[in-house]
Amino acid sequence: MSASDARHQNPLARARGLGSAKDGSHHWWVQRVSAIALALLTPWFLYLIIGLAGADQATARAAIAPPVTASLLIAYVLALFWHARLGVQVVIEDYVHARALEVALQLAVRFIFALAAIASVIAIGRVAFMA
Amino acid sequence: MTQPQRPLSPHLQVYRPQITMVMSISHRITGVVLSLGALGVAAWLLAVAGDAQTYASISALFASLPGKLLLFAFSAALMYHLLNGIRHLIWDTGRGLEIAQFYRSGHTVLVLTVLATAGLWALAGGAA
Repeated sequence: MSASDARHQNPLARARGLGSAKDGSHHWWVQRVSAIALALLTPWFLYLIIGLAGADQATARAAIAPPVTASLLIAYVLALFWHARLGVQVVIEDYVHARALEVALQLAVRFIFALAAIASVIAIGRVAFMA
Repeated sequence: MTQPQRPLSPHLQVYRPQITMVMSISHRITGVVLSLGALGVAAWLLAVAGDAQTYASISALFASLPGKLLLFAFSAALMYHLLNGIRHLIWDTGRGLEIAQFYRSGHTVLVLTVLATAGLWALAGGAA
């Protein structure tokens, strides 16, 4: 904290450490947590889908269906879309300066990645429970 | 009103590109590209769970030359973002923040990106 910050923040606000956006380092931290999850899961995911290159639908379903695979795959897509949303959010914050467009894009990004995550979980669940 | 003497952001137009700044913006660009690719993962999962017709179409798309080129671009972007992301996580612990270390880790990430992408496609070639 520099002296200039102290002039613009009351002591309580500084003690809370949440800044003007009111969430402090939360976004930064969650981006790292999801990054670590993805760094661990991505090699496994690539191994899974490379094995399914050119596979027919029954083979792909059989590969995804076992509970451990389905669970890891759900963990992967949740971390993936969470991380994607956090990253694209910051890119929009940094580069889109027209307020109405920025809000519209931020809403669209949240909805699209939330929907992609839900759809992925439903798809994995359907395959797992059909097997 | 007098202008305060504030430090200026670098003027990118007159800056000679340096590996540090190029790798920094590349991390963002690959991140945005991969976010779009992530939607492809969702589409593929829906196709696996969905009807045979949809799965056949998406399989044909991935097997086509444009599809393969797209997958290759995504795989290279993924390897770069993953490796450079690990570089970022190391920085977050306070390590590797000397200028010489920035260059060394940057070159390491670039070399490993090429090797890992080639390795992935060698595996895929063996599997297909």
